[in-house]
Amino acid sequence: MKNKVTSRERSEFIWGWIFILPTMLGLFILNIYPMIDTVRQSFYKTGDFGKGNIFVGLKNYEKVMGDTEVWQALWNTIKYAIVEVPASIVIALLLAVLLNKKLKGREVFRTILFLPMVVAPAAIAMVWKWLYNSNFGLINNLFHIKVNWISDPNIAIFSIAVIGIWSVIGYNMVLFLAGLQEVPHDYYEAASLDGANGWQQLIHITIPLISPTIFFVLVTRIIAAMQVFDLIYMMIDLNNPAWKKTESLVFLFYKYSFEQSKKGYGATVVVVLLAVIMLLTVLQLIGQRKWVHYE
Amino acid sequence: MKKTVSYVFIYIVLVLISITMLVPFVWMVLTAFKTTAETMQIDPFVLVPHVWQTQNFSNVIKAVDFARLYANTLGMIFLRIVFAIVTATLSGYAFARLNFKGKNLMFAVVLIQMMVPVQIFIIPQYVMVSKLHMTNSIMGLVFPGVVSAFGTFLMRQAFLQLPHDLEEAARLDGCNIPQTFFHIMAPLTRSSMVALGIFTAVFAYKDLMWPMIVCPDNRATTLASALAKMNAQYQQKYPELMMAALISCVPMIVIYIIFQKQFIEGIATSGGKL
Repeated sequence: MKNKVTSRERSEFIWGWIFILPTMLGLFILNIYPMIDTVRQSFYKTGDFGKGNIFVGLKNYEKVMGDTEVWQALWNTIKYAIVEVPASIVIALLLAVLLNKKLKGREVFRTILFLPMVVAPAAIAMVWKWLYNSNFGLINNLFHIKVNWISDPNIAIFSIAVIGIWSVIGYNMVLFLAGLQEVPHDYYEAASLDGANGWQQLIHITIPLISPTIFFVLVTRIIAAMQVFDLIYMMIDLNNPAWKKTESLVFLFYKYSFEQSKKGYGATVVVVLLAVIMLLTVLQLIGQRKWVHYE
Repeated sequence: MKKTVSYVFIYIVLVLISITMLVPFVWMVLTAFKTTAETMQIDPFVLVPHVWQTQNFSNVIKAVDFARLYANTLGMIFLRIVFAIVTATLSGYAFARLNFKGKNLMFAVVLIQMMVPVQIFIIPQYVMVSKLHMTNSIMGLVFPGVVSAFGTFLMRQAFLQLPHDLEEAARLDGCNIPQTFFHIMAPLTRSSMVALGIFTAVFAYKDLMWPMIVCPDNRATTLASALAKMNAQYQQKYPELMMAALISCVPMIVIYIIFQKQFIEGIATSGGKL
């Protein structure tokens, strides 16, 4: 009997490793080694034309600290996230609450709201760039205004954040709808009997009960928003007067690493991005104790 | 009475938001069939084209080889789906149902990959692709997607939810581990495999930076990356640009509308990875 148990254990060990081998091999080659290599490269200056890389220690990081373009890009990214994340969460949550009722056409609304998720951001950005066009765009001509949505340095990043919101509310809403399925119906009935109106029910029942979902969406949306690239890359050309006020950290990473071939400096920027994202995530994990209720 | 009022209010809100969601798509279609002159006219502002310019379509496909772009994009999507489903189903099963030394450490590696911003992998991945002479090829496009940490996580969840008695029964009937996996367990996770496939397809189709980097050549690249190039070249020629955007998103939208339930569930399980 004892022998049998050990042979089962041995076979689980062998097959377990065989089953995970392709995935682990791939992850080590494609992700773990690159992660270490990116950090290593951030200590090097990329040599010109095959001259080899030069170890510069913390010089790249010192340069980042004094680089106003990097600080501006970080600030642009944060401005984008500060608008996109809360607005997309609030709108999506309200829509999810409205759609969580027995409504005719519920499926149709859900399908329409989710639609931007299946369209390439490249195509979305092209359409919005055209909608935002100062002279011939639909928005300015429909409302008879003259706003330079994407060339005014003061508002361009917020115009781009609007596209981000438009793109992602359907997705957030679907996650919230899934969370709302878990809220027991009798809670609302009891609240109605006590005379609570819809708004009070939202604040005192719905939000506390789905706070784990809200927290999850918040954390993942902030991570995604901090990596904004596609929309900005597509909307802003280099002769746009707003480009310094719109380029994000990932945009800078792309520009340094692949347009200017300064891979060492590009690697430094992406390590900074990783640090910022980790910091924001840790802060949220600490802050969640104050407002997230787990059953 | 009060209930009717609140329902009317809900419908008004939902209809207004739905219109906001649809306007960009409608405007894309309308512009795609206008003349350039019509798009540059503001007094009066032209909403609907006078004559629907189907010529824009032939102009755009003459200038850009969309058949080729579709072949590249679909080829990349197909290979990524196959690789992701095969590797993730195997590893997901092992992580969920087998006990072996080193399992927790290896699963930590999977989680780390999921938590780190993808840009941190891109420079070394690009260097590998160029050393392997795979730039401007389908394999170059597929490269970072041959395994899937997220897929492993998703399939592990799927296997964790299956009842234990099934495996016990199979074992008592003399099935060994691979037999149990292939004949009993894997077929039961089909819906998660579909979700992973849809997620992989949408993710690959939307990605912009990787195809721009590894496949700068117009004949080797994907729809998204070709659109970015056109966007830079066709300044102000909005009918052509909108036609190109339309050509590259209509098939995906049609597939989405047919399989919307699977799409929404498949993408919703991705948990913020899009």
